[in-house]
Amino acid sequence: MEARFRIDYPGFILDVDLRLPEKGITALFGPSGSGKTTVLRCMAGLERATGGFLSIEGQVWQDDERGIFLPTHERPLGLVFQEASLFPHLSVRGNLEYGMKRAGNAGGEGFDAMLDLLGIRALLPRAPDRLSGGERQRVAIARALLTRPRLLLLDEPLAALDMKKKQEILPYLEALREELDIPVLYVSHSPDEVARLADHLALIENGRVAASGPLMETLARLDLGPAFADDAGVVLETTVAAHEADGLARLEFPGGRLYVPGHGKAPGSRLRCRIHASDVSLALNAHGDTSILNALPATVAAVADAVAPGHALVQLQLADGGPLLLARITERSRRALAIAPGLAVVAQVKSVALL
Amino acid sequence: MDNSSLAAIWLTCKLATLVTVLLLLIGAPIAWWLANTHSRLKGAVGAVVSLPLVLPPTVLGFYLLLVFGPHGFIGKAMDAMELQRLPFTFAGLVVASILYSLPFVVQPIQNAFEAIGKRPLEVAASLRATPWDAFFSVAVPLARPGFATAAILGFAHTVGEFGVVLMMGGNIPGKTQVLSVKIYDYVENGDYAQAHWLAGGMVLFSFIVLLLLYSRRQRSSWSR
Repeated sequence: MEARFRIDYPGFILDVDLRLPEKGITALFGPSGSGKTTVLRCMAGLERATGGFLSIEGQVWQDDERGIFLPTHERPLGLVFQEASLFPHLSVRGNLEYGMKRAGNAGGEGFDAMLDLLGIRALLPRAPDRLSGGERQRVAIARALLTRPRLLLLDEPLAALDMKKKQEILPYLEALREELDIPVLYVSHSPDEVARLADHLALIENGRVAASGPLMETLARLDLGPAFADDAGVVLETTVAAHEADGLARLEFPGGRLYVPGHGKAPGSRLRCRIHASDVSLALNAHGDTSILNALPATVAAVADAVAPGHALVQLQLADGGPLLLARITERSRRALAIAPGLAVVAQVKSVALL
Repeated sequence: MDNSSLAAIWLTCKLATLVTVLLLLIGAPIAWWLANTHSRLKGAVGAVVSLPLVLPPTVLGFYLLLVFGPHGFIGKAMDAMELQRLPFTFAGLVVASILYSLPFVVQPIQNAFEAIGKRPLEVAASLRATPWDAFFSVAVPLARPGFATAAILGFAHTVGEFGVVLMMGGNIPGKTQVLSVKIYDYVENGDYAQAHWLAGGMVLFSFIVLLLLYSRRQRSSWSR
């Protein structure tokens, strides 16, 4: 899909040009006030950009040069807001049917599957004010999807929930990622959510697109600026290879393996993990006399100043065409070890966050 | 209580019911527009709607008489269309009461629409509801407490008016003689016993209406 919007607000200009995949979750990531929610509202037709253009799978929803602007109710999209937005005068079932009827899905195609996918079957007769925050968001997502949209827009759907509720709802969103074959735009300012859910990342800063690309490549860029300042790091897509006798699990990915504490996932299942740049240190050769388990041979690809003073951010290419890794080291260490592009090193990973 | 009192009560109820129904139909779109518009006219329209709150009823009645009378532009137009002119008719009472009670109906509905905010309507649009559909399927049901308050206030205020009806309707028994005017009539003629019946009844009626209104408010604030 292709989206271009420009809006001049007093003191703030939104000017974005996005080309996004037609499938998978794209995270619109950025600090609050960066304009990411406005981008979403433009796509929904709730905000009127001047000189806007939006097409999805070749269908044009907005092209101001040709005077095309579909109002929101004529755009086949699903929209889920940050706060619970269920209609309080309707039951859960009434809320789900509200959209189904109007979107020509009165027959309820996919109704049962959706109830199971989002675990809301038992909630049908209830009133929205008798639901927990997490339940309400699941119903809102189901309501949006039952209109059989061509585009799903999620505006920080987890931001109003506490940590526990988030953990409750994330597995459902992951399940959606596997099931849906429409593009999903996910606005978020939480690096954890992005790392866990997104396939594609568009970084929005000051009303502009600072970076856009596949999640893993984009996260490994050195020029992302302050958005990920404290949180620079990469995401690896791994497969659980085995649970070993001493309680560790072996994860494999193209170009290497990682040992992590044991967890519930069965061998063969996919597992995303996140490696923070500050958890990676560098050594010039592999020595056995260390307590760090995960040592990955790599080549220095690039070096840049980190946001933290006195630190450098090193981009590493793992062996055998594996993924990129980031390491944050002190400037002093960089000089002492003469870290420069092309140098072969060993990346020692102190900890791995399982997502 | 004599028959002319009963006739006045009946006429008053008929007038108030009709006016309330018409006011809800007229007031809802005005309230909707006031709640949602960014037009520069918003302030002016809001002020005009609220004028009856501050104007002496006699001022309103006076201008209504002029406009609808034989020399007023609406009066002339109605003559030209061979319609009966409105002063001193029941229809005239209805028109005058609608204008007089308009703010009591528009404001609660407008407040209710404003309290709903834009979000539920944006959600409705994202679920393919056209603006009309969203108005009837979302905005009106969510604003129901506002409509109820508006209906109660509009009805009670119409029952309680005096100056405007006297000027526009006069004092024709069975036709334009409503309760408040009837009470005035009795007092003028020194018939305090009859006046007591009606006046006391009005006090009771007004108390019950306000009791209903305030206990409703309390209930809805508890359920939040």
